[in-house]
This record gives sequence, C-alpha cells and structure tokens, in this order.
Amino acid sequence: MTPDLVGGLESPDYASHDGAGHGPYTPVFTGDVKRELDKLLTHYPTKMAALLPALWIVQRERAWVSEEGMAEVAGLLDLTPAYVKGVVTFYTMYHQHPVGKYFIQVCTTSPCGICGAEDVVKAFVRHTNTGELGLTSPDGRFTVIEVECLGACGFATPVMVNEEFIESMTPDKVPELLARLP
Amino acid sequence: MGYPHHPHPRETTVLSKHFGEADARTLGGWKKRGGYKALEKALGMQPADIVNVVKESGLRGRGGAGFPTGMKWSFMKAGDGKPHYLCCNADESEPGTFKDRELMRWTPHALVEGCAIGAYAIGAETAYVYIRGEFTEPLHWMEQAVKEAYAAGILGKNAMGSGKRIDVHVHKGAGAYICGEETALMESLEGRRGNPRIKPPFPAVSGVFGMPTTINNVETLIAAAPILLNGADWYKKMSLSNPKSTGTKLFSVCGNVQRPGTYEVVMGFPFKEFLYDLCGGPLHGRKFKAVIPGGASVPIQTVEEAEATLMDYEGFVAGGSMLGSGGVIVIDDAQPMVTVIARIARFFAHESCGQCTQCREGTAWTTKILERIRDGEGTVEDLDTLLDIGEQMTGKTICVLSDSCAVPVISGIKKFRGEFEALIQGRRFHPVTAAVA
Repeated sequence: MTPDLVGGLESPDYASHDGAGHGPYTPVFTGDVKRELDKLLTHYPTKMAALLPALWIVQRERAWVSEEGMAEVAGLLDLTPAYVKGVVTFYTMYHQHPVGKYFIQVCTTSPCGICGAEDVVKAFVRHTNTGELGLTSPDGRFTVIEVECLGACGFATPVMVNEEFIESMTPDKVPELLARLP
Repeated sequence: MGYPHHPHPRETTVLSKHFGEADARTLGGWKKRGGYKALEKALGMQPADIVNVVKESGLRGRGGAGFPTGMKWSFMKAGDGKPHYLCCNADESEPGTFKDRELMRWTPHALVEGCAIGAYAIGAETAYVYIRGEFTEPLHWMEQAVKEAYAAGILGKNAMGSGKRIDVHVHKGAGAYICGEETALMESLEGRRGNPRIKPPFPAVSGVFGMPTTINNVETLIAAAPILLNGADWYKKMSLSNPKSTGTKLFSVCGNVQRPGTYEVVMGFPFKEFLYDLCGGPLHGRKFKAVIPGGASVPIQTVEEAEATLMDYEGFVAGGSMLGSGGVIVIDDAQPMVTVIARIARFFAHESCGQCTQCREGTAWTTKILERIRDGEGTVEDLDTLLDIGEQMTGKTICVLSDSCAVPVISGIKKFRGEFEALIQGRRFHPVTAAVA
C-alpha cells in the first residue's frame, strides 16, 4: 500500500479511541454469534480460513474492529493478535477506528471519474459537513471516503452507504439521499 | 441482454436472458426457466466426459486470461487421494467490469449450478465463491440461492440424489483488488493477506489449503451449464470469426456512451457496430476518442483501432489491445487522456500489495509523474522516464498487477503523445467545443 498517494484516506491516529469511553470490552462471540462462528468453521479445513468472516462479524456487531476485537478473534482461531492485525490492515473494508453512523464510499476510479464522480464526492463532503475526506462530521453521523472501483461502472456514480449500494448518484441527488437517512 | 436497457435484436442472449426478471432469482423461478437440468445431466455423466464436452466447446476463461476451460479442468488428476477444491472468482474489481455483478444479482442459481457442475467435473466436493465485500447485493442473492439449494437437496451430502457430496460456500472478501488474482484469492480465502504466490506450483498441483484447485470466473462456470445441455457443437457454432473464440461473451460498457450496460454478443461481433448501434454511440455532440476494451489493465485503443476490431480474443489483440474481462471503457473527446491515465495509475498504486519492488515503487512513481504532468508541472524528460519505469515494471514481478499499470501508461503515451506534450509545454487541455445537450 502507498499511504502517501492516498491523500485523505489514511486516518490520523485513532488509537486513543480504542475502547475509550465504551467501558470494558465485552466479547463479541457469545451465544448465537458464537454458534454462527462454529458453523462457519465447518466450511473450511483450517481455523484460519474463518478469519475474514470472523472479522466481518466483529464489524457487524461493533461497527468497527478494535484491537480487543482482533485479540478475541485471534484467541478463537489460534492465531496471534499481531497476525490478525496484519490481515486487518491489508484490507480496506475493516474499520480500524470508529466511523460515522453512515459510512459513505464514493467510487472515483477512471470510468466514474470521466462521468463526473469528483463532483459527487464534493457534494457529499459539502452536505455532510465532514470538511474533509476520511473525517467524521461533528454530529458523528457521516464519514465520506473515495473508494476504488465499486464494480458498477455502467451506473456511474455508484455509492455505498454502509451496506446499501446506490447506483447513478449525481451531485443534485445528494441532499435528497442524506435527508432520507434516519 | 443490454441490461438495464431492452435487449437489442443483434444480441445473442444465453447467459443474460433473464437479467431484470426478479422471479429468476428464486429456486422456483429458476427451475421454471430450465434451471438445474444441466446439473442433473452432469451428475449422470462421468466427470471426464464433462471435461471433454467443455474442451470441445472451445470455452475459454472469461475472467481475463482466456485460458481454455476444459484443459484447465483436465489438469486435476482423478484419484490422487487428495481433496480437490473449486474456487469461483467473483472478486470482480477490474475497473470497467460489472458483468459478474449482473450475473450474480439476477441469476444467482445459475452460478450455484455452474459451481456444482465444475466441482463434480474436477472431483471436488467443495466449491468456494469468493465475492468482493463491496458487492452487497450479489452477496445477498448468492447466499439466498445457496440456502435454497441446500434446502432442496441440490447441494449437500447427496446432491440431487446422486450420492455425491457437493458443498458450495459463499466467502466475502474485504476490499482488495489484488484478491482477484488467482493465487492472492487463495491466500485470502485461507485467512491471510492477499499476497500473490510465486508460480509454480500452479493451483492444479497446490492451490487453496495446499490442495489441487481449479479457479474459474463466474461467467465461465455459468457458461458450462448450457454447453452441457445443448452440446459442444451448438456452442462452437456461436462464433462469427475464428474457431479459437467460441460462444457468447458478456461485455459491460461504461464511460462516455449513450447506453452503458451489460451486453451479450457472439464472439467475433464487429466492435464498431457494437459501440455505435448497441451502445447508442457517443453522447450528444461528442465523438469517441479512445476505448479501453477489456478492463483498465489492457492497452488503450484509439477510436480508429476500435472501429476496425472484431470482438474476440484474437480480434482485440489484432486491434492493438486485449479482450481481458470484457469491461469496455469508452472515452470521448471531452476527456483529457493524461487525467484518465493518471487516475488508472493511481488505482493500481492503491491496489499494489507491495511485495515486489518494481510494482510497489513503480505504480507509485508512475502516478506521481503522471499527476504532475496533468497539473502542468511535467518536464520533457518525464515521458522517457515513464516509459523506462514501465519497461522495468513489465514481466518482472510475482503477478501481473505491475504490468497492468504499465500497459495503459505505455500505450497511452504511444497513442496520445500529443496530449502529454501539450501539457508539458504549458498548454492546457481544451476539449473540442461541442454542443451541450
């Protein structure tokens, strides 16, 4: 990865957020969630193969993947926390720090770029009051980032709001979209 | 069909026939459309016979490399006492490509069926469908389809009552273009960073979990079902030009064009007719300037090259590019080529896994130089430097991501040198004046 090139995407040091203000860490994998992981483990011949799915579960339950979350997964899959962190940091979709309630990803790769994606990004930054790509709005509602190719190039500009995939976004449709988010 | 548009009469819809039909996503709806008949037939055949039919059909990999599918399947040695695996590459991330997304979100059962046929043919009991994490809608429909198929006894320890075990699992990626590279996909599936592996050993010898593995693209696996049902000859006949490229191919079209979408045509279809008729030609008052026909990592074609091209594996090579993934990016005369190419390079710099120096450094420096040319701060030496870096990035790394970055840069400088030089000499890019619609 080349952080120097990804201006705005790399975040400042959020390590201090880790667990701060949230009380002691409570395990994710208990009850039904633990059973979900146990079932996943039957899909693979190794425990390690369940790492990406397990991290997805952590993010689903806690909205981001903290160091404690990584350590919990490491313990369950017989891995070291450092190994798990190495994997987490390789992939772009695991949040390593808390993000806004609505995590907005706007595709700006070439096919969308030539169809006006830059203006869509600007509209999101302006209307969400986040000030800058990668930062969270003061009310904690929004984080906006540019994302590399979302694989829906014929529907420029595709945008993801959390798990929701929205096609054919234009700058003028941004306020309407933001207004319908609860 | 040309989803989201009505099918065009010049299309040949085999795989895309049911795009846009919500009912086709359910097991009942899929069966109504002839679903799972091919799997039933396959399970009554010997695996080697299935491989032979696919071999004879001439089907080649639809993910980018175009390797003959039947031959790939035949590399899996029967009776070696090891578990075999099938991986379906649904990590579709090549800029300009979105055909597998349509296949999975409209016809998820077609992929479940294709995976089951492929797994049986190569002696595997388990197939993994590795879908990129951003594809929330395809993930939803694929998970739903797999669940339905298990509940109906199509998958599981006695698949369709055949006595054969076939499991299909959906595996969600987490954001990494490189995981579409076959060995990186396997690393990722094993729970590692997606760093490509050195080959050999090839996947058929040592793939995922160190076991013999075949990895196929979504479209390739889905094509296997109609081939089994209708026969190799039927498939072979769907070709307008040469016997090395057979069947239909999905092309996803995007960029500055009237009707972006996913189209299915017979191999060898004239690209000119495709661009101007099926896709509706350029936007009002504009002209096409360049086309990237197979995803961002293939050579850029001038519009003249594109217009003379026949759409198949050999045709695109003759036209100065490659068929690649079938992701057609159309660029019109309002777009500065340096900006377009710089953005492509930036994509690869972001997605480089960083293992190989040529790629890690090459993609980053290529981007920096291109962006300074774009911003009017380039020097006359920059073009030679870019070409030199490009040469150092080609054929020297573990995987082809490095080459993929160099290819559009080298072809772009070669074919649109005037635009680079004008920026370096201090002249800004002025699009040809055109009427605004």
